[in-house]
Amino acid sequence: MTLLDVASLSKRFSGLRAVSNVSFTVPEGGIVALIGPNGAGKTTTFNLIAGVFAPDEGQVTLRGRPITGLRPHDVCAAGIGRTFQIVKPFGDLSVEDNVVVGALARERAVATARAQARAVLERLGLAEQAARPARSLTLPDRKRLEVARALATRPDLLLLDEVLAGLRPTEVDRMVEVLRDLNRREGLTILMIEHVMRAVMALSDRVVVLDHGEKIADGTPAEVVADERVIQSYLGTEEV
Amino acid sequence: MPVDFYLNIVASGLLTGLVYGLAALGLSVIFGVVRVVNFAHGEMMVAGMYGAVLLFGFLGLDPVLSAPVVAAVLFGFGWLLQRGLVNRFVERPEHMQFILLLGIATILLNALLMVFGPDSRGVQVDYVFDSVEVGPLRLDAVRLRAAAGAVAVAAALFAFFRFSRTGKAIRACADNPLGARVVGLNIDGLYAFTFGIGAAVVGVAGALMTLVVETRPQLAPEYTLLSFVIVIIGGLGSLPGALLGGVLIGVTEALAGVLLVPSLKALVGYLVLIVVLLLSPQGLLGRRS
Amino acid sequence: MTARGGILLALLALAMLVLPAVADRYVLSVLTTVLWFAYVGQAWNVMMGFAGLLSLGHALYVGLGAYASAALFVHFGLGPWLGLWAGMALAVGAAAFIGFLGFRFGVRGVHFALLTIAFAEVARIGFDHIGWTGGSAGFFIPVAADGGNDLLNLRGSPALFYYVILAMTAGALLVSQRLLHSRLGYQWLAIREEPDAAEASGVDLFAARIRAVVVSAAMTALAGVFQAFYFNNLFPEQVFSMGRSIEIILPAIVGGIGTLFGPILGAFILTPLGEGLTHVIERMGFDVPGMKQLFYGAALVVIIVFRPDGVWPWLARRLKLVRRPGEGA
Repeated sequence: MTLLDVASLSKRFSGLRAVSNVSFTVPEGGIVALIGPNGAGKTTTFNLIAGVFAPDEGQVTLRGRPITGLRPHDVCAAGIGRTFQIVKPFGDLSVEDNVVVGALARERAVATARAQARAVLERLGLAEQAARPARSLTLPDRKRLEVARALATRPDLLLLDEVLAGLRPTEVDRMVEVLRDLNRREGLTILMIEHVMRAVMALSDRVVVLDHGEKIADGTPAEVVADERVIQSYLGTEEV
Repeated sequence: MPVDFYLNIVASGLLTGLVYGLAALGLSVIFGVVRVVNFAHGEMMVAGMYGAVLLFGFLGLDPVLSAPVVAAVLFGFGWLLQRGLVNRFVERPEHMQFILLLGIATILLNALLMVFGPDSRGVQVDYVFDSVEVGPLRLDAVRLRAAAGAVAVAAALFAFFRFSRTGKAIRACADNPLGARVVGLNIDGLYAFTFGIGAAVVGVAGALMTLVVETRPQLAPEYTLLSFVIVIIGGLGSLPGALLGGVLIGVTEALAGVLLVPSLKALVGYLVLIVVLLLSPQGLLGRRS
Repeated sequence: MTARGGILLALLALAMLVLPAVADRYVLSVLTTVLWFAYVGQAWNVMMGFAGLLSLGHALYVGLGAYASAALFVHFGLGPWLGLWAGMALAVGAAAFIGFLGFRFGVRGVHFALLTIAFAEVARIGFDHIGWTGGSAGFFIPVAADGGNDLLNLRGSPALFYYVILAMTAGALLVSQRLLHSRLGYQWLAIREEPDAAEASGVDLFAARIRAVVVSAAMTALAGVFQAFYFNNLFPEQVFSMGRSIEIILPAIVGGIGTLFGPILGAFILTPLGEGLTHVIERMGFDVPGMKQLFYGAALVVIIVFRPDGVWPWLARRLKLVRRPGEGA
C-alpha cells in the first residue's frame, strides 16, 4: 500500500528550477532513499513534503489524503516527522525536554508526554543523557536526538535528511541498526536523503535519484547503481 | 488653499527631506556593512546638532562650516564605539545587539539631557529670514543651504565608496565578509571605519538640521525611527534610495503638518513606520539574503 | 530548587510580609516600586524569556490597563476590581492586533521590536488627544479624604498598596512557573530556541506566539491598574513613554531572561540603586533630569556585555540555589 505519493512536484526560486516534475511513491513499511549530487533538489523536495514551502505545481498525498501546502505543524499532525540536514536541537533545553516537545504533538498532558519521551530516549540509547542540556551533546548524539524528537511525534512516515552525515563508520552502523529496527519492529516508513551509499544499499528497498531538480532514476538499489545516468551524474565509476 | 501654497509646502518638505535622507544614509552604511541595528542613530544626530549649536554659540560658526568638525568628532566616537564595544556583538543574536545599542542610545540621550537640559536651543544665523524665489516658490535660504550641504555630503560619500580603495574594501566586506577576510582585508578595522563614517554622516545631517529646527534631546528617538523608515522604504545599501526615501518622508511630514493638527505630525510618522514594517518584504537587513 | 534555595525563598517571603511593620514610609515606597518592577518584569519575561519575542513597547499595555480602569472609576464609579477586566480586555485586544499583524506579515526579531515601539508611541500621542481621559494635561483619580483602607476601591495607606503588589508579584511567580511547565510553555521554549524545528515537531507557531503576546499583555495591564490607583495621576507622556518601556525590560535583562527568579532579582538590584541614586543627587542639592535613566542605560550595557545571561543564573550556581543548571528556574 502506498503511504506517500509525490506527484509532479515542481518548485522555482526566483527563476531557478529547484525541483522539476518529480514523482515517486513510498510504500507503507518501506524504506526509500533519495540520492543525488548536491543541489539536486533533495532537501527542497523534503521541504515541499514537510510543508516548509508550497509547491508551484504538483501534489503530495499521505494515505490518499492530500497534504499539499499544509503548514509544517499540520503535516506533523498528519503523521510525518522530519529531521534537518543541519541539526536543530533546542539547545537550552535538556535532552529529555527536547523529546517532550515532540511528544506533546500527540499528547496534551505533560506527564504522559514525558513518559513517552523517556521511552523514546531509551529506544535510541540516549537515556543516560536525558538531563544534560542539548547543546552539550556531541554531533552523533545530536543526530540521535533529532531522530528521537521526530519519533516522539509518533509519525507514520519519517523524513531523514542526511542523518548519517559527519558520523564515523561505527556510528553510521549504529544508526543504521536503529533505523532498521524501527522499520522492522514498528513498521515505521522511512524516506531518507543520504550520501552514505553503504547505508543506502544496506537499508533501502527502493532508491530515487534526483539531478538538477529532475528524477533520473527510480528502482531497487541494484538497478539504480547500475544505471548509466546515475553513474554519470553522481556515483562515478568506482565500485560501491 | 491655492496651489502655490501647497507647492511651497512640498518644496520645503523636499529640502528638509534631503537632510533626513543624509541621516538615513549614515544608517544605511552602518547596516549594510556592519549589519548591526544602530538604535543610537538619532542620538548621534542630536549630538551633531548640539555640536553645531555649541560651535555657533562660542565661535559664531555657521553650521555648514562646523559640519567638518562635527563630522570628525562623531567619526572618532563611532570608530571607538564599534572597535571597543559593538564589534563583540557582530556575531551575536540580533536582540542582543539591539539591546546593547538601546543601552548606548539611552546613555547618550540622557547625557545630552543632563548637559544641555530639555529646553530647545537654536542657531540664529543672519540669513534665517531670507528666502530665494524660484518661479512660484519661495524657498527658505536656511533649508536650501541645509539641503545643498546634504547633497554635497551624499555625493562625496558616493564617490568615496565608488572610487576610493578603502571604499571598495568596505563594499567587499559588505558583500562577503568571509571572502574579504580570506583575501586579507582587516574586517575589524573596516567595520570600525564604516561605523565612524556612518556616525560622521549622521552628525553632519544633525549639524545641517540646526538650520531648520530647534535642538532638543527629545528629537533623538524620532530621528532614529525616521531613519529606519527611510532605510526600509529606500532600500538598504542604496544611496539614491535613501535620499529619495528621505524626500518622501520630508514631503509627507510637511503636508501632514498643514493638513493635520501639528501634534499629530509625529503620529503620521509612526503609522508610516508600522505600514512599512508590515509591507517590506526584506526589512532592514534583507539585502544579502 | 535546592533545599538551600527553598529556605532562602521562604525567608525572603517572610521578610517581605513583615516589612510594613518595621520600615519607614520612604523604604516602603521604594519597595513598592521594586515589587512593581518585579511584577511587570515577570510579565514581560513571559513574552521574551519564554517565547523569545522582543517587545520594546510594553508601556502600551501598562497604559491601557491604567487608563481603562481609571476612566471607569472616575466617570462611572466602577471599582478597580471590575475595571481591571476592561483594562485587560483592552490590552489583550491591542496585543492580539499587534501580534496578528506582526506574525501574519512575517515581522520578526528587530522589526517586531520596532513595531511594538511604534504602537506604544501611537498610543502616547493618541492619548494626548483623548479629552475623555484628560489628554496631555493628565488624568486624575480623586484621593480619599479620610485615609481609611478601602481594598475594594484601592484607596488607602501605603501598606495596603504594598501588600497588593506583593500578592501580585507572588501571583506572577506562580503563573510563570505554571506556564513554564505546561504544554504551552514547552512550545514557547521550543519556538524561542529553534522555530523551524518547533514547527516540524507539531508546534503551531502563530497560535503559540499570539498566546505569548496576549498573556504577557494581560498580566502587564494589571500593573497599569495598580499604577493608576497608586499614583492617582496619569500622563500619556509618562505612562506610554519609551523610557518606561525600557525600565520594564531592565529587571529581566539584569536578572536573567527566561528564568523564573531573574526578573525579581533584577528588580531588587536595579530599582533601589536607581532610586538611591536619585535620592543622593537630590540630597546634594542638584536637580538633574536624566541621571536615573543614564544609570539604567549604563546598567543595560554593562549587563549585556559582561553577563548577558543575567545575574540570577550566575548567582544560583554560585550559591547552589538551583539543582539543574541546564534549565531555567
